[in-house]
Amino acid sequence: MIKEMNSKQVEVNDEGYLTNFDQWDRQVGLNIAEEEEITMTDRHWEVIAYLQEEFRKSEPLSIRKIKNSEVVSIKEFYDLFPGGPLKKATKIAGIPKPASCV
Amino acid sequence: MKRIVILGAGSAGTMMANHLNKALNLKEWEVAIIDEAPFHYYQPGFLFYPFGKYTEDDIRKDIRTSLPSSTHYINASIDRIDPKGKIVLLQNGGTEPYDLLIIATGTQPAPEEVEGMKDGWYEDVFDFYTFDGACALRKKLESWPGGRLVVHICETPIKCPVAPLEFAFLADDFFYKKGMRDKVDIIYVTPMSGAFTKPVASEKLGHLLKEKNIEVVSDFSIERVDNPHKKIIDYAGQEVNYDLLVTIPPNLGNPCIERSGLGDDARFVPTDKHTLQSKAYPDIFVLGDATNVPASKAGSVAHFQAELLTENILRFVEGKPLKPDFDGHANCFIETGKGKALLIDFNYDQEPVTGTFPIAGIGPLKLLEESRINHWGKMAFRWIYWNMLLPGRKLPFVSPQMNIKGKNIKVKTERKPVLQD
Repeated sequence: MIKEMNSKQVEVNDEGYLTNFDQWDRQVGLNIAEEEEITMTDRHWEVIAYLQEEFRKSEPLSIRKIKNSEVVSIKEFYDLFPGGPLKKATKIAGIPKPASCV
Repeated sequence: MKRIVILGAGSAGTMMANHLNKALNLKEWEVAIIDEAPFHYYQPGFLFYPFGKYTEDDIRKDIRTSLPSSTHYINASIDRIDPKGKIVLLQNGGTEPYDLLIIATGTQPAPEEVEGMKDGWYEDVFDFYTFDGACALRKKLESWPGGRLVVHICETPIKCPVAPLEFAFLADDFFYKKGMRDKVDIIYVTPMSGAFTKPVASEKLGHLLKEKNIEVVSDFSIERVDNPHKKIIDYAGQEVNYDLLVTIPPNLGNPCIERSGLGDDARFVPTDKHTLQSKAYPDIFVLGDATNVPASKAGSVAHFQAELLTENILRFVEGKPLKPDFDGHANCFIETGKGKALLIDFNYDQEPVTGTFPIAGIGPLKLLEESRINHWGKMAFRWIYWNMLLPGRKLPFVSPQMNIKGKNIKVKTERKPVLQD
């Protein structure tokens, strides 16, 4: 479905995740963060940049990956994106949330 | 004489040995396979074994019985691969040279990766993805008086991603039949956003959890197990109490992959997701659970990969370009208890949907829908595994690439695949 974000139109799925990463920009990220009630700081953006880089390399994301990345500790990751950090951070980053097969 | 060495005689390695035995000119090629284990296990049996189904002999056989007689079987532990010297070093000091290497070393549970998980291991804390775990849990369940049964996934990816859910469904059935379902709370704890994460599956199957009275705790990324106080704790400080913890520990690749410097941070081998060639060395191919490709770690995936990889290996040795044919196809039964099962058929781009399988419009199996015939399919599968899949015989009507015929696919722009290269 098409979603209006600050006069920009982006394609999202039923859960509000972007389905076309090319449509992402920082303003889109900010809008999603606002909906998730997260106030973005430089640390948030550093994590988002890391997730997007992994996505571009087609690397599947997991908490282990984050832990080993040295970009952010798991504790800090939870503090930055409370209540399901991978789910929320991927949404703000404009990439698919980690999913299982069903 | 040239030499292909296969590392690992599990489902993937054994199927490759059987395919290559038929496809290669054995006057020019020798095929060797290395594995340290004496037995080959029918791993789907580990799901049923804790509930008193199957005997030992049903689910394990001497590893040699499923290998072709022309394949040189080496019973040894692998130290490491030297990809530049094209040699495999064994822990007994032996060396095995190769012209072409196939890595099929799989994945294994690593409970030691989670703080406190080994406290109470096989007393109150169990896995069921190993023969030892399934046996220990079977014994435990025989006399367990009831309480809080927590079925828990540590992290992804894991082998057979639906097995934990099947375990919860079968546990509901098991305790119901024992006349003690009212004494058992079943709690399903997952690091994902829910028990189901795909839109169509969530819509079609979400009701099952409610019907079976299974509580779901989602977004739970475990930090540690506190076995003295019988609880698991996640990074957000969320706690879940248990009386019996059935956990799926982190899944890692074989340690020999790390020693060889060939793995990612979970010891899985970076592999081209369509050709199955190693990204680092062109004369190394990888299949089954050992790869890092974003397909399910499942026997059906290994089966489809083995068919396509055989073709690519023939092309490689003839100097022809590889075919990028593997599409992530997986086909899995999901036991839902009470004599019923579901079937899912999907690939990298297509999520599981409803429909008929393997013959479009006819079935007889139904996709993403509970039925008794699906359950019979799963029960018949053990025979099919030993007698058709491992020997590398083709399954009628089932192609290695996913077939869109017989699937109810709604073409909607928002479900456009986004992970495609």
